[in-house]
Amino acid sequence: MRYSLSSILRNAATGHKHWPKQWRQPEPKKAYDIVIVGGGGHGLATAYYLARNHGLTNIAVLEKGYLGNGNIGRNTTIVRSNYLCPENGQFYEHSLKLWEGLSQDLNYNVMLSQRGVLNTFHTPAQRDAAIRRGNAMRLHGVDAVLLNREEVKKLAPAIDCSPGARFPVRGGLLQPRGGSVRHDAVAWGFARGADARGVDIIQNCEVTGIRIESGRVRGVETTRGSIAAKKIAIVVAGRSTLVGNMAGLRLPIESHVLQCFVTEPVKPILDTVVSFGADHFAVVQSDKGGLVFNGSLDGYNSYAQRGNMETLESVAACASSFMPCMSRLRLLRHWGGINDMTMDGSPIITRTPVKGLYFNGGWCYGGFKATPASGWTYAHLIANDEPHEFASGFTLSRFETGLVINENGAGPQPGLH
Amino acid sequence: MRITCPWCGPRPLSEFAYGGDAGKTRPGYPGKAGPDAWMDYVYLRENPAGRHKEYWHHSGGCRSWLVVTRDTTNHEIAKVALAGPQAKDAGS
Repeated sequence: MRYSLSSILRNAATGHKHWPKQWRQPEPKKAYDIVIVGGGGHGLATAYYLARNHGLTNIAVLEKGYLGNGNIGRNTTIVRSNYLCPENGQFYEHSLKLWEGLSQDLNYNVMLSQRGVLNTFHTPAQRDAAIRRGNAMRLHGVDAVLLNREEVKKLAPAIDCSPGARFPVRGGLLQPRGGSVRHDAVAWGFARGADARGVDIIQNCEVTGIRIESGRVRGVETTRGSIAAKKIAIVVAGRSTLVGNMAGLRLPIESHVLQCFVTEPVKPILDTVVSFGADHFAVVQSDKGGLVFNGSLDGYNSYAQRGNMETLESVAACASSFMPCMSRLRLLRHWGGINDMTMDGSPIITRTPVKGLYFNGGWCYGGFKATPASGWTYAHLIANDEPHEFASGFTLSRFETGLVINENGAGPQPGLH
Repeated sequence: MRITCPWCGPRPLSEFAYGGDAGKTRPGYPGKAGPDAWMDYVYLRENPAGRHKEYWHHSGGCRSWLVVTRDTTNHEIAKVALAGPQAKDAGS
């Protein structure tokens, strides 16, 4: 069905008891043209764009849990394209453009709110870096505005802009088109759109093996039986190494946990997304009023979807230094998501040495904002066996050739990106 | 998470800095190691879900480098040993 004003009124009048299910619960078939391993945001977006852009619909998306239980629901919902490296700039800008039309495209309100993303700077060197980044963005055709301290104060009065702050704010780099998106709606909208075009979304179906014969994929073994496939597309975020190992891939990836936090709901105090330049801290106020924020990685390999208290303490210290009004808010909940951190901090969307096997991963903690473009470019790669121009730099071979895309210049230390 | 330092005893995580995978061996120099061996050493990681041998630096304590065997799914520590030449001196 299509959502419209009349469908809302009709269902409101009948007590919301007659909304149809948004997607089917099919039994897996014996064979598909394409099997997508992983029903997260990126997997669902890939299936959707394979159907929408390439007319391919004999596709199964295999999800080991239920839709929306992984990183698509474990992020701070921020979207932006304020990148420095050209490979990232063009890719994330494509993603932001897709976000801008996504609700109309899916006929599903993903609640994009382009409230602006502001990164503050606190030293002359950081100001220089912000100007450089802003200029790079504008050369890529991305919007960027340099703000001085007074303008930061006006945009986000909750930030402590006083000269007596521990790290006095000197200004900020604003991307006005950045903002936030309702993350569950993204998973549901892509799932609904893919399902409506004939894609089978199979939940509670964990892939346990990948069958390869004479260098070509044949299918997958799952907890719900064998499924044959002509092409297999891996897109499993934090478990990239484990699923990659099933096909003999060795990857430049470590899994790390990133924690997110939500405070109790309060009245509107912050109508933009802000991040603290003096340390790792970013915060957005949700529509329900909670302040959603995160800091840096816990810093060591982890597959546990929960984090440690030291990180909570340091993130809370950043919060109370940057936005002192947060210091007495109670924390409602916090959670951890497993990030597949690559050695240069940039993602991988590529063919593999196995024919018919594709790999998409290494999103570090930038995966959410990439969801539509990841699906768009991965679908292009799977359909044509050729990389999309906006993702052509995200190869595995860049680590051999030296063409790494190191946004932070942090070197091959996944915990530092 | 607490790590039991062989010199200092059980200490909180905040005293330690992570040093990464301890399972990699640096190719010899000068040696016959080609680019593939360096690629493997610098970039490729086993990244197991389970036991992982990793370096930790007791940077807020005795400043020893340790090799810790930890389960990455639940952070249980099976073994802590000293890393490097001092490992021999300490008999570990």
